[in-house]
Amino acid sequence: MSLSRTSGLAAVMIAGALALTACGSDGGSGTSSSAATSTIECASGSIKASGSSAQKNAIAEWVNAYIAACPDATIDYQATGSGAGVTDFINKQTAFAGSDSALKEDEQPQADARCASGPALNIPMVGGAINVVFNVEGLDTLVLDAPTLAGIFNNSITKWNDPKIAALNSGAALPDATIAQFHRSDESGTTDNFTKYLIAKDAWDFEGGKAWEADGGQGAKGSDGVASAVKSTANSIGYVELSFAEDAGLSSAAIDNGNGPIEATSDNAAITISSATVKGTGNNLPLDIDRAATKGYPIVLVTYEITCEKGLSGTDLDVTKSFLTYTASADGQAVLKANGYVPISGDLLTKVQTAVAAIG
Amino acid sequence: MSTTVKPPGAPETAPEIKGAAVRRGDQVFLGLSRGAGVLILVIMAAIAVFLIWKAIPSLQANTANFFTTQDWTPDADPAYFGIAALAFGTIMTAIIAMLLAVPVGIGIALFIAHYANKRLGAALGFITDLLAAVPSIIFGMWGLSFLMPQMQGFLQWLATYFAWIPLFQNDLGIYTRSIMIAGTVLAIMVLPTVSAISREVFLQVPREHIEAALALGATRWEMVRMSVFPFARPGMISASMLGLGRALGETIAVALVLSATYTINWQITEPGGNTFAANIALRWNEARPTGLSALIASGLVLFVITLAVNMFARIVIARRSEFSGANS
Repeated sequence: MSLSRTSGLAAVMIAGALALTACGSDGGSGTSSSAATSTIECASGSIKASGSSAQKNAIAEWVNAYIAACPDATIDYQATGSGAGVTDFINKQTAFAGSDSALKEDEQPQADARCASGPALNIPMVGGAINVVFNVEGLDTLVLDAPTLAGIFNNSITKWNDPKIAALNSGAALPDATIAQFHRSDESGTTDNFTKYLIAKDAWDFEGGKAWEADGGQGAKGSDGVASAVKSTANSIGYVELSFAEDAGLSSAAIDNGNGPIEATSDNAAITISSATVKGTGNNLPLDIDRAATKGYPIVLVTYEITCEKGLSGTDLDVTKSFLTYTASADGQAVLKANGYVPISGDLLTKVQTAVAAIG
Repeated sequence: MSTTVKPPGAPETAPEIKGAAVRRGDQVFLGLSRGAGVLILVIMAAIAVFLIWKAIPSLQANTANFFTTQDWTPDADPAYFGIAALAFGTIMTAIIAMLLAVPVGIGIALFIAHYANKRLGAALGFITDLLAAVPSIIFGMWGLSFLMPQMQGFLQWLATYFAWIPLFQNDLGIYTRSIMIAGTVLAIMVLPTVSAISREVFLQVPREHIEAALALGATRWEMVRMSVFPFARPGMISASMLGLGRALGETIAVALVLSATYTINWQITEPGGNTFAANIALRWNEARPTGLSALIASGLVLFVITLAVNMFARIVIARRSEFSGANS
C-alpha cells in the first residue's frame, strides 16, 4: 500500500517535472529547431541584445535552437521595445538591437559613431503579417480594401452592412450592427505598419506612426489585448500580428489591393516582403516595401537586427556573427513560418546573408 | 513619546537629552536617525531635480501649451503635447475610486472594530488585508475580463435613466473601457488601504469614550458618531489620502482597462480617457528621446499632484489634532 503510494507520488513528480521542463524550454511549437543544429557554427561567450517585442518569439525560438547546438554561448534578448533597443545599442549596452523600423536619419549617425570603425547595419531578419481580425457571428470570410479599412478605423464606416463593405462581399450575410473597432492603446510597430499601408494607398488622413491617431473605437494594450478584445466582443474588428490571430483562432479578412482578394497568410506576405527594394548602400539593407503592390498580402512588417559591420569585438563579435549567420540561414528562416512569422526569401535573403557574412 | 507630547505635524526638533553623562550609544543613534530623516529629504529632492532636468528638453521643444493641450505627439516634428487629458483622467478616476471606496472601506472598518464579534472581525480583517497583497496586474486582468462585462448592464441603466446628468450621458452606445470602469477597479484596489488604516484607528478609540457614550443611553450608531468618528477623523482622512495616492499612481491596471485617448470627455461611461501613470506605461517602450522626456515631464506633474494631495492631507490632520491628541 505504502509502496504503491510512494511510487504514485514519484510518478506525479516526474510527470510534473517533465511538464515544467517542456514549458520552460520553449513556448511555441518549434518543430524545426532540432533539424537546424547541424548548420550552426558555434561561438562561445555571452552577449546581450534588446529591442522589438514584435520579434520576441522568433528570437526566443532561435536562441533555443542556437543554445542547444552551442552550449557555451548565451544570448540574452530583452524585448524592451524598439526605441529602447536602439538606445541601448547606441549606448554600447548591447551587441545588437532588434527594431521594427530601420534606423532613422538622426539615429544612423549615432549608431555609426557607436560602431566607430564601420557603419551600423540594418539587417532585415524577421518578416510579419498584420491580420485584420473580425468577430461577426455567421461571417467566416470577409474582403476589405484600403479605403474601406480606413473608413472602419476612422469611424466613417460604422455599420457592418455599410454599402462599401457589402460591395466587396456580395452574398455575405452582413448584420445591421455597429462595428466595434479595436486598435492598440500602446505605441507599437504594428500600428505603425498598419497605418503605413493605409497611407501608401492614400486612404489615411493622419501622419502615421507608432501611436494610434484616429478618434473613436477602443484601444487595448498589446496584440494579445486586441486579440482578446475582438474575441470577446461581438461584431468587432481589430488588427494584430499573424501569430496572435492564429493563436486566438480569429478569422482574418482578405485584402483586395486591386487584383482580387488576397488571404492573410505567411506565404502571401512573403511575396510582398521579398519584392521590397533595398534603400541602403553596401550591406546596409533598410527596405522600401511596396504596400500598393497587387501580388502579395500587403499589410506586412519587417523587423531588423541592427548591429555593426565593423567595430564589434571579442565575444560580441563572435556570438553575434555566429547567431545571425544561423538566423539568416535557410534553416533559421524556416523556424519563422512555424511560429506565425514570415520568412525572408529570394534575392533579399541572399543580400541578408552577404551582409551578415561581412560582419567582422 | 512618553516624555514629550507634541501635536503631530509640528516641526521635529532633536530631543534634548537631559540627565547625567551623554552616552556614546545615544549619540550614534541620534546621528543614525537624523541621517535617515535627512536622507529621505535628499531622496525627494533628488527625484524632483532628476524629473525637472530630464523634462526640460521636451518642454523646450514643445510647440503646444503643456497644461491645456489635449494631444500627445512629442516625437512628431514639431513636438506637440499637453497633459490636460491626462490630468483630467487621473483626477476623475481617482475621484470615482474615492467616492466608491471610502464609504465602503470605512463601513468595513467600523463593522470589524465595533460591530462584529472578535473572531469574525479578525477573519474579515485578515481577508481585507489580503486584498492589498493582490498584485495590480491581477486587478487589471480581472477588471478587463470579469468586471467590465458585468458592469455593462449597470452602465447602460445609468446612461438610460440618468442621462440628464451630463456625466452619465452616452452617445456612442458603447460602455466598455471607460473612466467609470477604471475608477471602479481602482476603488477595489484602494479599499484595503482605506479599511485597514481606518480599522486600526477605530480600535484605538479609548474604551472610556465608548463606555461613557453607551452609559448615557446612546445607541451603537450614536456612540459611533459621538465618540468614534470625532476621535478617528484624522486617521480616516489619512487613510483616504493614502488610498488616493495609490489611485493616482496606479499604472498597469488602468493601462489594461482604459482605451487611451487624449481628449477630455466628461461622459465617463464612454470608452476613452487616460492617466499619467498609464500613459507612461503605454508609451515608454517605443518612445524616442523627446517622447521619453515628455513622459518624464508628465511624471513630474503627477509627482507634484501627489505631493500637493499629501500636504493638503497633512494640513487637514494638523488642524484636527485637538481630537487625536486628547488621550495619548
